[in-house]
Amino acid sequence: MSAAGIAHEHGHEQEHAHGAHGHHELSFFHKYVWSKDHKIIGMQFLFTTLLMLMVGGGLALGVRWQLAFPWTSMPLFGPLFASAGGQISPEFYTMLFTMHATVMIFLVIIPILAGAFGNFLIPLMIGADDMAFPTLNALSYWFMIPAIFSFGMSFYFGGAAAGWTSYPLLSELRVAAPGSGPAQTWWLLGVTLVGVSSMMGSVNYMTTIINMRAPGMTLFRMPLTIWAMFITAILQAFALPVLTAAGFMLLFDRLAFGGWLEGVHTVFFTPAGLVVNNAEPTVGGGQPLLWQHLFWFYSHPAVYIMLLPAMGMVSDMLACMCRKPIFGYKPMVYSMSAIAGLGFIVWGHHMFTSGMNPALGMTFMVSTVMIALPSAVKVFNWIGTIWGGRLQFNTVTLHCIAFVSMFIVGGLSGIFMAAVPVDIYIHDTYIIVAHFHYVVFGTTMFGVFGAIQFWFPKMFGRKMNETVGKWHFLLTYIGFNGAFFPMHMLGIAGFPRRYADPYIHPYLEHLLPLNQFITISAMIMGFAQFLLLGNFVISIFNGQKAGRNPWNANGLEWAAPSPPGHGNFDVPPVCYRGPYEYSNPNRADQDFWMQTDPTRSPKKPPEETAHGHS
Amino acid sequence: MRKFWCAFFVFWPIVAIIYSLISSLVPSLGWWFPGASVTELGQRIDNLFYLILYIVTTVFVGTQIAMGYVLWRASHSKDERAWFSHGSHSLEVIWSVVPSVILLFLALYQMDVWALFRVQAYFPKEAREAPVAEVTARQFEWRIRYPAPGKKLQLKPQPDDLYDVNDLHVPINRPVMIQLRSGDVQHSFFLPHLRVKQDAIPGQIIPIWFKAEKLGIFDLTCAELCGWGHYKMRAQLSAEREVEYEAYLKKLQADQNYDGHAIPSAVAKKDE
Repeated sequence: MSAAGIAHEHGHEQEHAHGAHGHHELSFFHKYVWSKDHKIIGMQFLFTTLLMLMVGGGLALGVRWQLAFPWTSMPLFGPLFASAGGQISPEFYTMLFTMHATVMIFLVIIPILAGAFGNFLIPLMIGADDMAFPTLNALSYWFMIPAIFSFGMSFYFGGAAAGWTSYPLLSELRVAAPGSGPAQTWWLLGVTLVGVSSMMGSVNYMTTIINMRAPGMTLFRMPLTIWAMFITAILQAFALPVLTAAGFMLLFDRLAFGGWLEGVHTVFFTPAGLVVNNAEPTVGGGQPLLWQHLFWFYSHPAVYIMLLPAMGMVSDMLACMCRKPIFGYKPMVYSMSAIAGLGFIVWGHHMFTSGMNPALGMTFMVSTVMIALPSAVKVFNWIGTIWGGRLQFNTVTLHCIAFVSMFIVGGLSGIFMAAVPVDIYIHDTYIIVAHFHYVVFGTTMFGVFGAIQFWFPKMFGRKMNETVGKWHFLLTYIGFNGAFFPMHMLGIAGFPRRYADPYIHPYLEHLLPLNQFITISAMIMGFAQFLLLGNFVISIFNGQKAGRNPWNANGLEWAAPSPPGHGNFDVPPVCYRGPYEYSNPNRADQDFWMQTDPTRSPKKPPEETAHGHS
Repeated sequence: MRKFWCAFFVFWPIVAIIYSLISSLVPSLGWWFPGASVTELGQRIDNLFYLILYIVTTVFVGTQIAMGYVLWRASHSKDERAWFSHGSHSLEVIWSVVPSVILLFLALYQMDVWALFRVQAYFPKEAREAPVAEVTARQFEWRIRYPAPGKKLQLKPQPDDLYDVNDLHVPINRPVMIQLRSGDVQHSFFLPHLRVKQDAIPGQIIPIWFKAEKLGIFDLTCAELCGWGHYKMRAQLSAEREVEYEAYLKKLQADQNYDGHAIPSAVAKKDE
């Protein structure tokens, strides 16, 4: 009820929608800072995450520098990154990769998908004037700021250094690692705050998608982006509480309270009698494996939270760029749901070598291998979508194709890890690093880069520069594959993760040149991101002006002005058909047929005659 | 430009395949397994790896060719309009059923190797009954405790136990079992040449078994982040003949019993 009420309130402001920039009732502060407009919040998320992308990339280059040129001073960042002598010390190295993963996962990938694109696109694509809970939405962004502050404090105290997975007891006992002092506490606080932010977003997205669709927008007329956001929101709502609870458990284990709270010193993850770093033996009766179960119960579904929205967005972009309906719309929806459902019962594959009951290894293997099936179905459908299309190679298309191509690699390499016996050998080696970078960078980030180009005109009313966009794509793609494909070979050679200096081990010595090649490729990729940032910022002011529907796309968002004013639509949208009616033969004059277009088809609607499912 | 991009997207899978072929066929580069596995179970693991590799390579080549083909057709189409199709039910059925059969087969086919490696009931009986050593991982070394020659390893340390650090000796050609523990944080016992990996969990004792079939000194490393010195947990596995192994234990015993006065003849001889 309240959702609808708030929506109506915003509806009253629709008359101002046209001159959005001249919206005189709101001060600058309320318009751009404490804004409750989903588009502004989406852009706030986008700017923040792009900035964090550069921070995370810098940390990654620090890691790569150490692996390629161990114990030498890093140029440019050397004085900033390294402690005395210009070297990256081993404890600093552990902090670098921990914070790289933390920044990239919690401050870039999750918020750029759900936060930036979820916020911007959901109301526009379903024809709503805003989110169901605009205040909650604004809070969801503003909780990111204390989260970033907490991670910043973690840096200040030397940085958490127990890996982004923070396995106890390393992360639990102050004496266990240099980063397990206040840095780890701040880190846990940061993760909890990100969780609060995600949870507020997730509740909002679910409510908005269920309640605020435009007339005629049935569930199976929703674009796949919306389906993906919807499924992601459900995943987050169910998985996140577990991580939050686990985080608090670890926090209670870590904190030694005084006064009347003295009794609150738990030992959830601490077994008895361990002598860590010559400190007194631990007192306890806890079980460190419990953390792994709780952590991965969230963090495996989180992998799909980091992937599904990009899959949805690419489906929409690819259909538009091929001027062809998405191949197998319903199978796409079902396979996303299957990925989400199976995603809840595969967390154990992170723990194959952990010493949990071996019978669990077998069950988790079957569920993990089977999750490749919906992923395969999606790939086949994307290829099917290109099949027979009329393709233009613009920057968006290139990123979409890269997305599919990289997802094939990332998906297939996952099968090796899913097979328990093979995983015995490759677990915690660089093949894992290669695999998840192919999924999270190669797949999600290419999807995101494409999506930035695709929806940029809607965000700012201008297009991004195509030439710079193509150069960015080319350099990122070459740099990415140069950096991550050889990592598969490192993994097969038994190169373990998280080693500050692997070359002291005789069987790894000869891998130094290959690592240098990887680092140089990573630098090319890092450099390329400045092209994206530059293109992004300059195009906001100087890009070619775009009309409402620069791509001749079908979605409701393209019926709104570019950029849409407060309240989004100048004409309340009504949805007449599915989102993928490209090249419909019943529409002779144009090869797209917008969802809001009330034109009737002369004959029977074609989706009933041509539909594969009848 | 269309031709360039089509070629570009076809070019990289070709590079990837060539690079993988070179890596696997030119062992001197060292971009592949660190030698054939020293254990039979490890060889079976490698075989499973190759099985998956063949299937995955076929799918990779197939999908990339399909992708290159549809890209070429879609970008060079002379038709004014794209083909209006919402999909094909029969194709969906085919590409759901066929992969699911292959995947299910793959999963079930892995089971017995896993059971042999990890399920205690399937461990070789001789190994299970007489563990040769207890390995305790700690920051940043491996502490090894052997029972005195002729005795069995007890759960609790015994006065006549023998100790060594970072050098695990095992006899070859017979299955041996090790009790793995952690003294502080989590570690992982990784023998790359034997394809053995097992995490050491604080508070748990986890048995691992293997049967080295080659003489030699193999790397023993830590595969789970255990602190700033994670990379430094360098140790070795010395796989030796039964006699050498017994001699090693005898020497350990002699060294440990050496009281600083009487020089046992065995030690004196070795020192000179």
